[in-house]
Amino acid sequence: MSTPRIATLADRTLDFVMRLVEAPINGFEWLFGRKRMPYLFLAPNLVLFGIFTFLPIAIAVGYAFTGGTELFVADRPFVGFDNFRQLLACEDYSSPGSCRESLFWTAIWNTLWFVGFNVAATLLVALVTALILNRAIAACGFFRAVFFYPVLLSPVVIGLIWKWFLDRNGLLNAFLQMLGVPPEIFLLDVGWSRFFVVVVSVWFHMGFYTLILLAGLQAIPKDLYEAAAIDAASPRRTLLRITLPLLGPNLLVVLILLMIRSVQIFDEAWVLTNGGGPGTANSFIVQYIYQMAFGSDLRLFGLASAASVLMGVVLLILTLIQLRLGRRMES
Amino acid sequence: MSTSLDPVAFLTRTRRPGRVGVTDILSWLWLIGGTLAVLIPVAWAGLSSLKPEAEITRFPPTLLPRAAVQKTVTGFENPLSLWKVTVDGETREMAMVRRIGLKAQMVDPNEPGKPVSIDVKDISPVQQLTAATENYTDPLTKFDFLTFLKNSVFVTFVATILTLIVNALAAFALSKYRFRGDKAIFVLIISTLMIPLTVVMVPAYLVVVGVGLVDNLWGIIIPTIASPTGVFLLRQYMLTIPDELIEAARVDAASEFRIFWRIILPLTAPALAVLAIFSILWRWNDFLWPLIVLSSRENFTLQVGLNAFQGEFSVQWHYILAMTFLSLLPVTIVFFFLQKYITTGIAGTGMK
Repeated sequence: MSTPRIATLADRTLDFVMRLVEAPINGFEWLFGRKRMPYLFLAPNLVLFGIFTFLPIAIAVGYAFTGGTELFVADRPFVGFDNFRQLLACEDYSSPGSCRESLFWTAIWNTLWFVGFNVAATLLVALVTALILNRAIAACGFFRAVFFYPVLLSPVVIGLIWKWFLDRNGLLNAFLQMLGVPPEIFLLDVGWSRFFVVVVSVWFHMGFYTLILLAGLQAIPKDLYEAAAIDAASPRRTLLRITLPLLGPNLLVVLILLMIRSVQIFDEAWVLTNGGGPGTANSFIVQYIYQMAFGSDLRLFGLASAASVLMGVVLLILTLIQLRLGRRMES
Repeated sequence: MSTSLDPVAFLTRTRRPGRVGVTDILSWLWLIGGTLAVLIPVAWAGLSSLKPEAEITRFPPTLLPRAAVQKTVTGFENPLSLWKVTVDGETREMAMVRRIGLKAQMVDPNEPGKPVSIDVKDISPVQQLTAATENYTDPLTKFDFLTFLKNSVFVTFVATILTLIVNALAAFALSKYRFRGDKAIFVLIISTLMIPLTVVMVPAYLVVVGVGLVDNLWGIIIPTIASPTGVFLLRQYMLTIPDELIEAARVDAASEFRIFWRIILPLTAPALAVLAIFSILWRWNDFLWPLIVLSSRENFTLQVGLNAFQGEFSVQWHYILAMTFLSLLPVTIVFFFLQKYITTGIAGTGMK
């Protein structure tokens, strides 16, 4: 009895609000004509992009070439390439301790190692899973959903869940004790903590890449496999001559996407390792930028922006490669 | 048999109906192992979140949440914990009064007047299954958890509505009109995909300070409303809507906005649903940007609040896990019901 009445009421209210909104927009149309309407429709979007995306890019460049701790670019003294020089001044790039900004180079090396291991591991796990799911196995939908589930969780939640799993009193140590292995505080050990940052990252994201690769696999025409079966081609030959070449462009896109995302590792590693610990073993480049700009009272916006600009250039190059590949894939 | 164990051959074998080979077994092992790897850490956190404070740090841990059985004994103010005591090969239940070194003073609940001293190695706790609901109710009542929850719901809801409207308007202009600079504007919007937040976060913070939205929930809602992903997704969908519908409406003297509101928007519902799901997930899980913009506790979102909690209560895992589980619950429920839409939506766009 009451539900339809509420529905009509909501409908009427919405209608009333829309009439109020509509009036000035129709006025604009009456004044400037139909041809100008797309500009009005685009306006909110473009204004937001302008203020919160394009303006910051311009300011980023302004920050990178100024020093001091002032927030507004106009108040900051121009220092030329000093920020970049400070970041790049180094006697031996392979040992961060010899660099002027040793934290920056520690972060760069940590990030490079992470990207290498994470990209290889995620790609391998996602590819194997996609190939298995593509074999028309029973309950494929169920497994796809389970592997995809972590992708939707928040990085903070994932960091906390794993932190508890790896805790001194956690399940992994309980399991190891059953096997007679002494307990280990994994996240306080340099090697183990780095290993588990990669494990957690693979756990978090592999479902997403599996999904993309699976879509690519399912787009391969079935008659190719039928032809291969008629020719009695070995499974290895089918994989190397049909599946991988036809999946190639997808694999490349996934590879670049993975690299772009891996370079920006921050959230889950930050929570899992208590801000990059032990020491600076898991301090990555985004964390360096965050800590320089916001982490302490130093507020080194210039240094942070110079680092952002350097990272932005790397990401831009990767993205352009991805776009080029994507275009080639379409044609 | 030797080829079956070759990983390449194993992955590429086609399934033959009615016959289970080594390949199938290995496939199933991989999938079941993967499923366990995904579910065990989550389930472990969930089970642990129901353990009382005294039990959560017990090592080796029990799988299910358990707690010591308490009993009120006449003559003692507080309830005492029950223990199984083995004396002279005979086992009986006794309550512990106090523990001094390796000796425990125990009392039989039926004879409260006669405490006895017993070696601790002869006693073991009597436990029962329990659900420490106070782990969930305490954060809601004593701490700011409810404030965080409210903030997150507000941000997610408002930002999603605005994201849908602003991007649908832009997509409408870019798909149904031809005007000067339409291609350039589309490319410009899509090009912002190349600039991740991590690159511009320092200057973006300055802009937010400049417009006076720092430490304000609107400061995390507004900057990311305009979404290149959203424009792209909706525009591609609107391109498939026939222009004749719009022409017919114009003949009927409908205004352009009315065409958008009454014709285009309802027909774009499937794409809007996908964008809405994306937006809800982005907002609910967002961490770095709120961490930068929000500074006072009453403005924290759930993720920032959780991070703050784990810094403050570094050993109070029973609270941290309960709050973690609460913030994971809505996403899990949404996924359970909309799993198909989400996976096909993401596979279709290659974005998340």
